[in-house]
Amino acid sequence: MSTVSPHSDTPKIELIGVKKAFGPKKVLDGVDLSVAKGESFVIIGGSGTGKSVMLKSILGLLRPDAGTIKVDGEETTHIDGRARDRVMTKFGMLFQGGALFDSLPVWQNVAFGLIQGQGMKRSQARDIAIEKLAAVGLGPDVANLSPAELSGGMQKRVSLARAIATTPEIIFFDEPTTGLDPIMADVINDLIVKCVRDLGATALTITHDMASARKISDRIGMLYQGKLIWQGPTSAIDDSGNAYVDQFIHGRAEGPIQMQVKLG
Amino acid sequence: MGFLSGIGRATLVFLAATGRLALFTARGLSHCVRPPFYPRLLVQQMREIGYNSLPVVGLTALFTGMVLALQSYTGFARFNASSAIATVVVLSITRELGPVMAGLMVAGRVGAAMAAEIGTMRVTEQVDALTTLSTNPFKYLVAPRLLAGTLMLPCLVLVADIIGVFGGYVVSIYRLGFNPSAYLTSTAQYLQTIDVVSGLVKAAAFGFIIALMGCYNGYHSKGGAQGVGAATTHAVVSASIMILMINYLLTGLFFS
Ligand SMILES: Nc1ncnc2c1ncn2[C@@H]1O[C@H](COP(=O)(O)OP(=O)(O)OP(=O)(O)O)[C@@H](O)[C@H]1O
Ligand SMILES: [Mg+2]
Repeated sequence: MSTVSPHSDTPKIELIGVKKAFGPKKVLDGVDLSVAKGESFVIIGGSGTGKSVMLKSILGLLRPDAGTIKVDGEETTHIDGRARDRVMTKFGMLFQGGALFDSLPVWQNVAFGLIQGQGMKRSQARDIAIEKLAAVGLGPDVANLSPAELSGGMQKRVSLARAIATTPEIIFFDEPTTGLDPIMADVINDLIVKCVRDLGATALTITHDMASARKISDRIGMLYQGKLIWQGPTSAIDDSGNAYVDQFIHGRAEGPIQMQVKLG
Repeated sequence: MGFLSGIGRATLVFLAATGRLALFTARGLSHCVRPPFYPRLLVQQMREIGYNSLPVVGLTALFTGMVLALQSYTGFARFNASSAIATVVVLSITRELGPVMAGLMVAGRVGAAMAAEIGTMRVTEQVDALTTLSTNPFKYLVAPRLLAGTLMLPCLVLVADIIGVFGGYVVSIYRLGFNPSAYLTSTAQYLQTIDVVSGLVKAAAFGFIIALMGCYNGYHSKGGAQGVGAATTHAVVSASIMILMINYLLTGLFFS
């Protein structure tokens, strides 16, 4: 496994033995992961395997039961208050469900981190918001609409624009292309690649869309039963030698991963 | 044995819930006094809680004052004490009925809305999104509501006092045939500052409780639309009960 980091030796994000359970249900069961600065890492895995939970644990929205999470080499598992705020400014997050503020118009959603987080002037923040909306293929005419007036795919893109508006160092994308048409999905792929290449951001993306995964990732990891059972460079995904990965990327119902469904 | 352990478990659950609420209150208060502040949100909440509640609170006060005059007249006429109506109306309104009626009406109107709004934000991950955008949900959502509730309820109650007394006046003059100037004189005669002030202090406490229960229940709601519905119900019921309890305690403090 090639973990030669392109820029520095300290990993940007590091997880060591992270565990998280909800009641009796073990969701994460010892996840180890290391993402280098400027790297784009994609996590794949079946529905309900804990991908979103893993992202929220790194963000500090959920507290892991055991294990260590480090950001820029700094242990962030148990920090709070000011220290947490400082780490949070490094993050941008696209939530799986969008999580747009429905009390605010679209442009204020996108500009939220700039206005509230960084204290930028509203007029200047609005210009940046319009710019970011254009980057996700939305015209200035949607800027004054309320999120509820947009289609699902449009909401997703507004959410994406909000995640990148503050040009964060680390961006988390939870299923960025779900619900988009294939062309728009590719535009979003390009946008993610651009964020990583041009802005030097570190990206951690969850996706079920293998075309997207191949396009945007430097490395891919597969989450199964609470562990990252395989990780490696994107080019190695087709001959991973791992039966689980093979089954997943080819989308076959038969294989070692048994879906809990009864047919007939 | 099962019975005892049941009581034990219920006690533990109750204590845990009380502790959580106390912690939430402390956190909410501490964010009220530490920057950054959100004046825009505070004004918005003050408008929502204060100005937009005026019709409801005003109508409630008007009819309460009217019914007070009518009831005391039918009661007091038996003792030839009908001249005491003005005093009864003004004291009941300022001390008790103004703050309590306004508190209960605002709990139903505003407390429910707060719980529903914050609850929906919670279950759709908007609260999490706030955090990731470097905005503390306590500062952004809870503190403005607590402040606005505490500040606006006394204003509402002051208005309610005036409207309530006016309601009593209208009924006494036009229905019961009292002399207007005599009525006004006896209204002012026995009214003391403490009567009004105690009502306003109560109102501030009620406003705080309403906002607190709305925010607390919304913030901790889980599980989609049903969870938000339950949070809304809890917010209104718990705020109403606490208002009546605190009303008793404060009355004891002021007038014993
Ligand atoms: N707040 C929570 N309380 C209880 N259980 C939870 C909570 N959040 C997640 N879970 C459980 O954890 C498991 C993993 O959820 P998660 O959202 O991480 O799945 P996922 O891998 O992102 O799936 P998908 O691809 O469908 O989004 C699920 O079984 C879910 O029921
Ligand atoms: Mg998910």
